[in-house]
Amino acid sequence: MAALRALVGVKRVIDYAVKVRVRPGGGVVTDGVKHSMNPFCEIALEEAVRLRERRLLQEIVVVSCGPQQCQETIRTALAMGADRGLHVEIPAPQYDSLGPFQVAKILAVLAKKEGVSLVLLGKQAIDDDCNQTGQMTAALLDWPQGTFASALALEGEQLMVEREVDGGLESIRLRLPAVVTADLRLNEPRYATLPNIMKAKKKKIEVLKPSDLGVDLSSRLAVERVEEPPQRQAGVKVETVDDLVGKLKEGGLI
Amino acid sequence: MAARRLLSRVVRPLCAPGARQPARYLQTENHELVRQETSSAKTLMDIGTRRIFSSDHDIFRESVRKFFQEAVLPYHAEWEKAGQVSRELWEKAGQQGLLGVNISEKHGGIGGDLLSSAVVWEEQMYVNCSGPGFSLHSDIVMPYIANYGSKDQIERFIPEMSAGKCIGAIAMTEPGAGSDLQGVRTYAKKDGSDWILNGSKVFITNGWMSDLVIVVAVTNREARSPAHGISLFLVENGMKGFIKGRKLEKIGLKAQDTAELFFEDVRLPASALLGQENKGFYYLMAELPQERLLIADMALASCEFMFEETRNYVKQRKAFGKTIAHLQTVQHKLAELKTQICVGRTFVDSCLQLHEEKRLDSSTASMAKYWASDLQNSVATQCVQLHGGWGYMWEYPIAKAFVDSRVQPIYGGTNEIMKELIARDIVIDK
Repeated sequence: MAALRALVGVKRVIDYAVKVRVRPGGGVVTDGVKHSMNPFCEIALEEAVRLRERRLLQEIVVVSCGPQQCQETIRTALAMGADRGLHVEIPAPQYDSLGPFQVAKILAVLAKKEGVSLVLLGKQAIDDDCNQTGQMTAALLDWPQGTFASALALEGEQLMVEREVDGGLESIRLRLPAVVTADLRLNEPRYATLPNIMKAKKKKIEVLKPSDLGVDLSSRLAVERVEEPPQRQAGVKVETVDDLVGKLKEGGLI
Repeated sequence: MAARRLLSRVVRPLCAPGARQPARYLQTENHELVRQETSSAKTLMDIGTRRIFSSDHDIFRESVRKFFQEAVLPYHAEWEKAGQVSRELWEKAGQQGLLGVNISEKHGGIGGDLLSSAVVWEEQMYVNCSGPGFSLHSDIVMPYIANYGSKDQIERFIPEMSAGKCIGAIAMTEPGAGSDLQGVRTYAKKDGSDWILNGSKVFITNGWMSDLVIVVAVTNREARSPAHGISLFLVENGMKGFIKGRKLEKIGLKAQDTAELFFEDVRLPASALLGQENKGFYYLMAELPQERLLIADMALASCEFMFEETRNYVKQRKAFGKTIAHLQTVQHKLAELKTQICVGRTFVDSCLQLHEEKRLDSSTASMAKYWASDLQNSVATQCVQLHGGWGYMWEYPIAKAFVDSRVQPIYGGTNEIMKELIARDIVIDK
């Protein structure tokens, strides 16, 4: 069997336990806030590592796009079992306007450049919840896509993907090369262990610039503003049912 | 079961706002090029702080923190009621590589440095869960075997202990001998090449669940001093005459299976002797500084936890129309606490670094143990006070931290003994 290689995207996001706050000048507060790997990316990576453990994949390349700190996310991915890392360095000001389309363009170029047969991504990131990158990458590459995967099996050049759809589960068969995005129930990601953290030190992280890849990062979207959700106002207590009905009538609700 | 863990792990980001967050104070990180010390960091438990650590330790800390938050914290209340943790937890910790971190790989350990062990100690205190006796198992019991054990003993026990399938304990204290270790009466009598062990031990951490106990016993009653007649034995669960008494009811460490152990004519083969005959006391003296250091580091980590817990409480608790964090008396108290904790952290970090370089002497380790555990008790008392009546309620983490702190000046050599050891070096004529 041909040696298959996978590209896995790992996004650095604000940790899920953090209460996100709006930054007065626009955007949200990220400075000094705990970040970690997007949980859906963790699931995608775990799946790739399992495929490699079963010798169905030969190499796992992880990629993260963003500022310098993304290298920590890449190192965590290497400690979880990826073989080498690619950091597409995008400085902070430009990173603010980096959306799914721009990332998809980068991923598509890298997928070709690295000669991968499988691009594995999280179905969405927990910061912007876009759920677009996988689909766009597949479109740009003109490869088949299996989104929201809850089970995955690789049989030669064929990929069986079970998808969680509204009506239940849908099973599809894809021909490689393909793009797959991971849903919550695909697997339970492992933690990085100390011996693997130590081994990860020897693995390589290559730093690339978007211009090296010939990718235009200009965005056609502009963020108008970011606001905190309105604070919940205190309610009123009513003594009797009549009071309640009265209040409801007053408010024009009945 | 696995699905439940999975859901608790990943669904949370998708939960409605206001859903209970696992640990609201663990929200900041620090990845400057120059590592900050805790006094300048956003919280005293930030990942990425303290110059004794590296970014590898940070990745490890991240993993360990997740483990304690997901595999320990949600079950701890249940274990407090049971008076012990589950065996499954030990095996999970083993699979995750959290046991025997500082034991070399060639012996069957993980092969991490001492500072990685310290990450595990600290993270356990940061979730305020005192049940799992990991530090005793990994950094007190396992080193005895790795350092003094025969090739057979190492091969037999260390890999199993790293896997969490063999739980370790060490039995020094007896009903009539605590601080005065030379007063041990448990006796191992030679019988051909075997030994016959008799005696009883008490307050043994991990005792109830233990599979392997290092027992301190007298082997020569005629030695010129009792210290010259003490040996260490490896006693395994299930050996005839080895009886576990009961889980002791304690005022704190509720989920820790501290027990009493009895040995009635336990026949031990020659291969159960650890190291050389009558050398036990020297082995103990050589290994005790590490035990004291880990108590000191865990004490400091507990202080850091209690401080952040209390900071959060006073910032949301209202009295006299404002949060109590607005009161100057509360602010000054917090300033005192933070200062004392950060001053303590500096010394303990220095001790950790010295020990990593194998340069920590016994009296310095004793200073750390005595001072940090006293600080922990003082911080605990004051943090409970800042919580008012709620601080006295078991459902509040600070109440547990308070009762757990009380034993720290007692075990691992009482703080009075620590002062003896420190004083001895001061007045000695060189």
